[in-house]
Amino acid sequence: MAINKILVLVELTESGPTATSLELLTAARSLATTVEAISWGPGVAAAAGTVGEYGATTLHDAGDLGSALPGVPVAGAIAGVASGFDAILIPTSYDGRDIAGRLSAKLNVPVLTNITGLGEDGGLTTEHPVFGGAKIVKAKFTGAGLQIFVIRAKSFAAEPAGGAAAAVSAVAVPEAGATGTATIVSRHVEERTGPKLDEAAVVVSGGRGLGSADNYSWINDLAKLLNGAAGASRAIVDAGWVPYSHQVGQTGKTVKPTVYLACGISGATQHLVGMKGSKNIIAINKDQEAPIFTVADLGIVGDVNKVVPALIEALKGR
Amino acid sequence: MGNMNVTVCVKQIPDPAAPQSLEPSTNTLDRSGKLILDDSDAYGVEMALQLVDKAGGGEVTLVSMAPNGEVAGLRTALAMGAAKAVLVSDDALKGSDALGTAKVLAAAIKRTEFDLVLAATESSDGYTGTVPVQIAELLGLPSITFAKSVTIDGSTVKVDRQTEAGYDEVTAPLPAVVTVTAGVVEPRYPSFKGIMAAKSKPVDQVTVADLGLSAGEVGAAGSGQTIFAVTDAEARAAGEIVVDEGDGAQRIVSFLEGLKVI
Repeated sequence: MAINKILVLVELTESGPTATSLELLTAARSLATTVEAISWGPGVAAAAGTVGEYGATTLHDAGDLGSALPGVPVAGAIAGVASGFDAILIPTSYDGRDIAGRLSAKLNVPVLTNITGLGEDGGLTTEHPVFGGAKIVKAKFTGAGLQIFVIRAKSFAAEPAGGAAAAVSAVAVPEAGATGTATIVSRHVEERTGPKLDEAAVVVSGGRGLGSADNYSWINDLAKLLNGAAGASRAIVDAGWVPYSHQVGQTGKTVKPTVYLACGISGATQHLVGMKGSKNIIAINKDQEAPIFTVADLGIVGDVNKVVPALIEALKGR
Repeated sequence: MGNMNVTVCVKQIPDPAAPQSLEPSTNTLDRSGKLILDDSDAYGVEMALQLVDKAGGGEVTLVSMAPNGEVAGLRTALAMGAAKAVLVSDDALKGSDALGTAKVLAAAIKRTEFDLVLAATESSDGYTGTVPVQIAELLGLPSITFAKSVTIDGSTVKVDRQTEAGYDEVTAPLPAVVTVTAGVVEPRYPSFKGIMAAKSKPVDQVTVADLGLSAGEVGAAGSGQTIFAVTDAEARAAGEIVVDEGDGAQRIVSFLEGLKVI
């Protein structure tokens, strides 16, 4: 069975579709004859040009959802247009995961998540990293019905194909009853200096080896000096040193910067899977046996509490 | 004083610090050894205990599923202060996918009295990350995921929900399903008294049939997906690993210069 039609969930920010949405449109284009997209919010019509350029012919518009949390209404809108599609590709994101879960239970169809690669073998096949990315398992759906694929950021390169603007088509959002009662009361934008964690060319991450939450300020300082973003291992997020939004790894963000600098991170499988795709990896850790050194291009076996302050001084002096 | 009952979904998983392997027949994670409480779930249990405490009355009930009747992880959460547990244990559960798991847990949750259902954003082993929302849909409840903080105001749950840009303040009427991110509260260590008390707390073991589900809906039989191959990932070329002799920082500077990053 060749893949005929794929629907892509496109998430929008004020500046247009997210990077992952464009990666998914690019992947869909290479797999299916027809690619369509679905999105929501006040900016859908304005995104039709970009969405078309990346290969979608139609952009289904669920409209401005106001203060509703998107999971339930967007899943409802997708269910309304799903007939005729072989698959839907959804970005791994806060809202993407909500939408995928709702849609799966609503349509009584399974969902595959944490996908980092797609292939074709009769139908679509998926790749998922396990054991810190040391092994890849390949999976596929066995039953009938819409196939829901939730795909991690940076699994594909986004490339425009030069298509015309997608035709915008309004879709109805069905009344959801009790399930749809989650309401956004207010939105808070946290001040960020420097690039976003998943878009930065340099990522500096800290782990338990820093010794205390206070010492995480070195990671911020280093990130600033290198015009990069500050990341963290799960261990120090769990310990409450830094918020979850900094977490790199299986349960956090996937990053693929030009340089990844791991400071005091042992390299649990949980962490490796989120950063081993980085172009260059530098690691500082006092334990020579730490797994982080198995993926490091440059590994410094030493005390992070000495090497990091010295590195900050050296960079400040330039 | 009010009353607040919270049901918490918890998972017992193979110790992530121990070596792990795949079962050759199914290519799924080998869960046959000793299982422990998933670290991620300790935050939900702690949050539930705090909410019940703040309300001034009520109970925390655990809901879990495991193919082999394992209770070690449940005892840990009971020792923290949960009152009781429902454990769905059945050979038919082996090989369940996320939706099958959600069907089982939703049916088990229905057997408990709850104002709020809490879960982690995802388990540490399977990390599908969709089960809590699937449960909410199956139960016909609103859900708020990725909570950084949770408070109860009368019959409303208020959550600060993580977003790409910062966080949203989101509310939903109870009953509702909420997932909490790691690190939101500091899980208590079970006291000696708690550990002793946990041994006699009720664990209601039920089967798939007890829940009114058919064996074909769950486990490998109900799973709509299969793993058909496992391959080695491309290995990274070995790097240069050096012991710091006071020149570590300088080596990093040179490396960055070589990449023209600085």
